[in-house]
Amino acid sequence: MIKIKNVEKVFNRNTVNEKRAIDNLSLEITKGEFVTIIGSNGAGKTTLLNLIAGTYIPDKGKIIIDDEDITTLPEYKRAKYLGRIFQDPLMGTAGSMTIEENLAMAELRGKRRGLGWGVKKSKRSFYRELLKSLGLGLEERLSDPVFLLSGGQRQSITLLMATLSMPKLLLLDEHTTSLDPKTAQKVIELTDKIVKENKLTTIMVTHNMQQAISYGNRMIMLHEGKIKFDVSGDEKQKLTVEEVVKKFGTELTDETLLSASVSR
Amino acid sequence: MGILSQLLSVIPISLEQGFAYALVALGILVSFRILAFPDLTVDGSFALGGAVAARLIIAGYHPLVGIIMAIICGFLAGTATGFLNTKLKINSLLAGILVMTILYSVNLRVMGRANIPLLTVKTIFTPFEEMQISRYIPIIIFFFLVTFASKIILDLFFRTQIGMAMRATGDNEQMIITLGVNTDRITVLGLGISNALIALSGALIAQDQGFSDAGMGIGMIVAGLASIIIGEALIRKKSVGWLTFAAVTGSVVYRLFISIGLRLGLAPTDLKMATGLMVIIALGLPAIRKEKEGKLHLRGV
Ligand SMILES: Nc1ncnc2c1ncn2[C@@H]1O[C@H](COP(=O)(O)OP(=O)(O)OP(=O)(O)O)[C@@H](O)[C@H]1O
Ligand SMILES: [Mg+2]
Repeated sequence: MIKIKNVEKVFNRNTVNEKRAIDNLSLEITKGEFVTIIGSNGAGKTTLLNLIAGTYIPDKGKIIIDDEDITTLPEYKRAKYLGRIFQDPLMGTAGSMTIEENLAMAELRGKRRGLGWGVKKSKRSFYRELLKSLGLGLEERLSDPVFLLSGGQRQSITLLMATLSMPKLLLLDEHTTSLDPKTAQKVIELTDKIVKENKLTTIMVTHNMQQAISYGNRMIMLHEGKIKFDVSGDEKQKLTVEEVVKKFGTELTDETLLSASVSR
Repeated sequence: MGILSQLLSVIPISLEQGFAYALVALGILVSFRILAFPDLTVDGSFALGGAVAARLIIAGYHPLVGIIMAIICGFLAGTATGFLNTKLKINSLLAGILVMTILYSVNLRVMGRANIPLLTVKTIFTPFEEMQISRYIPIIIFFFLVTFASKIILDLFFRTQIGMAMRATGDNEQMIITLGVNTDRITVLGLGISNALIALSGALIAQDQGFSDAGMGIGMIVAGLASIIIGEALIRKKSVGWLTFAAVTGSVVYRLFISIGLRLGLAPTDLKMATGLMVIIALGLPAIRKEKEGKLHLRGV
């Protein structure tokens, strides 16, 4: 499904600030896999997603989706393959536009846009159904501008939007981090439900080790731009936080990661 | 009573100018507000509209031909600014200033001189002048119709797929890129539309005032911004239909202020200073009050 071959990304090359964010990394993800990625601050998790999404172009290596080489394809042209959610709940939706307008724009992901109506009346009942599935009462607020909503509500809508057009690959970058714990739990459960129901191939970056272990069927740990640990299947199912901390404690200096293990 | 009737007498001229310049306000609304692009092409594209229309009219073309060509040239001027910014990666403010400056020379070339009088030739307004009623009535109706038609067309456009992508580009560019929109192309298109409206205004106003002048666009951007700010202060609703309505209303109220100011003894030479101060106060107030909202959100600056 997606192949990442010997990819390298160096920021500020040949300066004192030179940073090898992704270091000769190779990774292959098969269709239907739900991969969680952990790693401490600066490990290169966001950079990896940025390379896949086309925000940055790699210095070396290749990125291939379904046999198409997308290494240098501009960001907007990759949209048809990808759904993406960011950490900041404000980033996934256009605040000044209504809920239904946001959903309608997401439905056109990667398609040609013309002078047809942006929101089709006939779609309203479908949008209502979708919103109902969130259980947040948003189905009555189709024509409210999104800026009126809370962060959790916005992130839930972003999730709907990212999956509306059934992307080949869903990229989630700590998309629950800036929500309060209760809302975060709701959004992560919703994510799991949507991913499973639609068998979406997914990469989810998280700082919460418990989350990384409980969700998905494969877990990857990044450290200094390299893959340190890669488990899947039964082995992943049996994994515990204590085990991972014992094994990689020295590399997991990150507070959230450790606190996740302590709070257990 | 003297002063009241004096003040009332400014209403026709304010309505005429308010609706005529509302096209500029609508254009600036598209660039500054919808696209969040601080486009300074305005002063140049306004004069360009006047220059193209005047030149074609004195060359014997029908005024409508002049107006249509003005719209097309304004559109191209806007796309030029868009290309400088999106393709050559020139800062948005600088891109607009560059095109505006270049247009000053272009406009002189187009006109062949600094000023073309239009009083003795047939313009789009000639039929109105020949009517047996006060010239204000048909001309106000004309500008009202053109402006409201433009407003309605904009409202409809912003509900289409491309129009919604344009609104999203100004609101949250990263988001609409991840939905597969080439925001560079959308920016170029939006600036084209914006400057087409502004050039249309220039073409009509040149004919209305009876001349086209190379300097007629100076200060247009600030006047347009003032109109938008006044409109938004009066009308707080934020949907697109209300934003365009606010821009038109703001333009009329702004011209009313100006006309009253002039009647009360404001020197015409101080007009631009007064307008500039008005915009500074409106934009600066949120900072003084330490408010965050109300600040103009702009990309690339
Ligand atoms: N645009 C950039 N310019 C320069 N350096 C960058 C840029 N983006 C990332 N980096 C650097 O690359 C390294 C990896 O950053 P990245 O954002 O991928 O880390 P991360 O694993 O997502 O961390 P976090 O958990 O804090 O989000 C960091 O050292 C970061 O400072
Ligand atoms: Mg990150």
